[in-house]
Amino acid sequence: MSEVVIIGAGPAGLAAALSASAFGARVVVLDAADDVGGQYWRHLPPERPSNHESLLHHGWATFQRMREALAADPNCTVVSSAHVWAIDRGAVHVLVGEADGSDRESRVYRPDALVLATGAFDRTLPVPGWDLPGVFTAGGAQALAKGERVAVGERVVVAGAGPFLLAVAASVVATGASVVGVYEASRATRLVRHWAARPWELAATPAKARELVGYAAVLVRHRIAYVAGHAVTAIEGRDRVESVTVSALDGSWRPIKGSERQLEADAVCLGHGFTPRLELAIAAGCRLSDRRFVEVDAEQRTSVASVFAAGEITGIGGVDLALAEGAIAGHVAAGGGIVDPALRVEVARRRVLRRFARRLARAHVIGENWATWLSDETIVCRCEDVSVADLAAARSATRSSGLRSLKLVSRAGLGPCQGRVCGRTVEALLSARAPEGRLGGASTDRRPIAMPIRLGELARDHEIEAGIPVKGQG
Amino acid sequence: MKVLIIGAGIVGAACARSLARRGATVTVIDRGAPAGATSAAGEGNLLVSDKAPGAELDLARYSLGLWASLRTELAAETNGAFASFEYQPKGGVVAASGEAAAAALSRFAEAQRRAGVDARPLSVQEARALEPELAASITSAVHYPEDAQVQPAIATEALLASARAAGARVLAHTTLTGPLRDGAGRLVGVTTSNGPLEADAVLVAAGPWSGEVARTLGATLAVGPRKGLLLVTARMPQRIWHKVYDTSYVGAVQSDERDLATSTVVESTASGTVLIGSSRQDVGFDGTIDVAVLAEIARKAIALMPFLAEATVIRAYGGFRPFSRDHLPVIGADPDLDGLWYATGHEGAGIGLAPGTAELLAAAMLGEPTAMSLDPFAPGRPSLREVA
Repeated sequence: MSEVVIIGAGPAGLAAALSASAFGARVVVLDAADDVGGQYWRHLPPERPSNHESLLHHGWATFQRMREALAADPNCTVVSSAHVWAIDRGAVHVLVGEADGSDRESRVYRPDALVLATGAFDRTLPVPGWDLPGVFTAGGAQALAKGERVAVGERVVVAGAGPFLLAVAASVVATGASVVGVYEASRATRLVRHWAARPWELAATPAKARELVGYAAVLVRHRIAYVAGHAVTAIEGRDRVESVTVSALDGSWRPIKGSERQLEADAVCLGHGFTPRLELAIAAGCRLSDRRFVEVDAEQRTSVASVFAAGEITGIGGVDLALAEGAIAGHVAAGGGIVDPALRVEVARRRVLRRFARRLARAHVIGENWATWLSDETIVCRCEDVSVADLAAARSATRSSGLRSLKLVSRAGLGPCQGRVCGRTVEALLSARAPEGRLGGASTDRRPIAMPIRLGELARDHEIEAGIPVKGQG
Repeated sequence: MKVLIIGAGIVGAACARSLARRGATVTVIDRGAPAGATSAAGEGNLLVSDKAPGAELDLARYSLGLWASLRTELAAETNGAFASFEYQPKGGVVAASGEAAAAALSRFAEAQRRAGVDARPLSVQEARALEPELAASITSAVHYPEDAQVQPAIATEALLASARAAGARVLAHTTLTGPLRDGAGRLVGVTTSNGPLEADAVLVAAGPWSGEVARTLGATLAVGPRKGLLLVTARMPQRIWHKVYDTSYVGAVQSDERDLATSTVVESTASGTVLIGSSRQDVGFDGTIDVAVLAEIARKAIALMPFLAEATVIRAYGGFRPFSRDHLPVIGADPDLDGLWYATGHEGAGIGLAPGTAELLAAAMLGEPTAMSLDPFAPGRPSLREVA
């Protein structure tokens, strides 16, 4: 019986687990949260159950079905609060326990195959004033809404790019807050061009369409304005958010002079798409594509033969694509073949959904001139307090085009979040002005220690290995 | 005189500055960006404490004196653009546990003292007064007030900016492809991915890649990589005041063993993080961050300073030190290929030794008298050639 370890219990990871088990593998799912579901199906903790999860979550029934199947499956073990902090030559190093707990247990897995389903976190472009209290990442606001039922404010502005803004607005409204407006940076012409092209493809993804229609209905019901081609280009307030400036953008996301207007608000949710969580894939040795996702073949296999990847780390595509990719990855990781009848439906779905994902990516691509809304004082790296002017000073003093040196000179990306929030932004700001038009050196995605770990935990003997247990036998 | 320098790490940058300020026409090439490899992957050690009496210690003492004046010189030469490269003359404390280690440390320090090093023996109480967090197992210690620290990437960029201000040209993303030779076989420049570059002298300052670079130019140099790994904690209130080492530091630097060696150095940085090092492995250019090695570094750091067990590690990084077989830098002209020079092979001491190396090299290359003899560092020395 082959052993498969799956990292991540979001849609892709759950689908991979069930499909690997169905093919006969023994499966362990490692997930950092205290319950399965991932960011997408984030919900109230089990001790505070809610009857309204199905209203807040798209595909809640699918999730419930998968969670129950997993729990009943004798060949699947889910390890929650499992923090994978390193992958070294095929060995998966995990600490199990509360993230800040003092007695986390060390485990090392050496599976026959590994499925990476680590997902993505939301990306936020800086805006003057975005370091004020009351500004949330779109994902952070949604996590508060879904996982805690906490409203981020009373008058909330949602801004950025991508269909995720609709989901966030719907979640925020569900907490009782009022949403002042949803501002999508991509212009209507671009949205229409890519959304409306080849409508038969859209029709082939009814679940996706239904999800978006559902969010749109929430906006209509609550009379929330959805304004394309606009962005929050400044956030004002003394001690916290008091107002935002909204500007019309041109096609390159440069604010159009004279279009500014000020709106009263006490909270802002900003989201400009997603960044894949790549550190474990990089540690495992997986090759990345030019667009910086994990490269996979038709079997969802990465450049490392025993490592598979599924979901957002292979390209931002949403829940349905993640489910299809996960099912394929799990099946093949367990020893199955891509042409097996069990995968026929999933392979077909993946084809359609990937086209849909490409359409989304093109519609909401970040405009090349977004940085024109920054001021010199805008903080880029919040951990280390590095401003736009600090980055420019490091660049002009060194004339360097090397990311590593520029990070060390400016300290951008060196703080506790290790560039998870600012890394791509720092790279974009520096490479746009690099003397030779290119940025050399290590990428901000490389983090050999994938999450903070206490030195005392690191000092343990990591040769002790965890076998993959069979349920009921410990 | 036209000089072409291969490598924009700290040694290449220091040499560019010393040569340009003497009037040479300097071009520095690097296949990547400056300060992007070894010089961005270390602690920034300016040490005398780990060096036994001999040529390297002499070079270290000369070089540390130069670093002290660079603090103000580089700020002036770069018009304030590099007002600081986090130079901290904080001193070092070497702590021994057990009688054998204490005796070895005492002998080592005594020899250093005779060579002029300020090495002050400390009682346990005195050691704890300097470093309150030292482990209870410490039996003796030595204080080295001359040890200091810089942020090596910033220091490299500052040296390079000074070199540019003195007329040097820096060509990043320019890869060496081969030699340019004249009819007599003399090296008169190099070919690169961006075209040929002529020079009266070609200086290899390519750190761990110096052996490869020499081969590309038609010469032989026994300098290669030794991998090292480091840990960085989250910012914390300062509880470590010097560079603090255990006694295995000296052992590892001077060992010839091929496998893993770790020796402990912990210190606070200007930004509030704590650096925890370090390891030394002979594994070629395999850059994998090995968990077993990190664990060993962590264990020894906790043995030295137990409070670190609760410190949060946010980053691990690794790099390659330029290793030479007899542990001495290689500074001077190639014995066989006319026109080829070296400044490399400093292993873990390159940051500290860079300014001294650069001054000696520049003087020798331009036919001026050198502040100390370069003979121990001669590229043609027998101890360097005994390589299989």
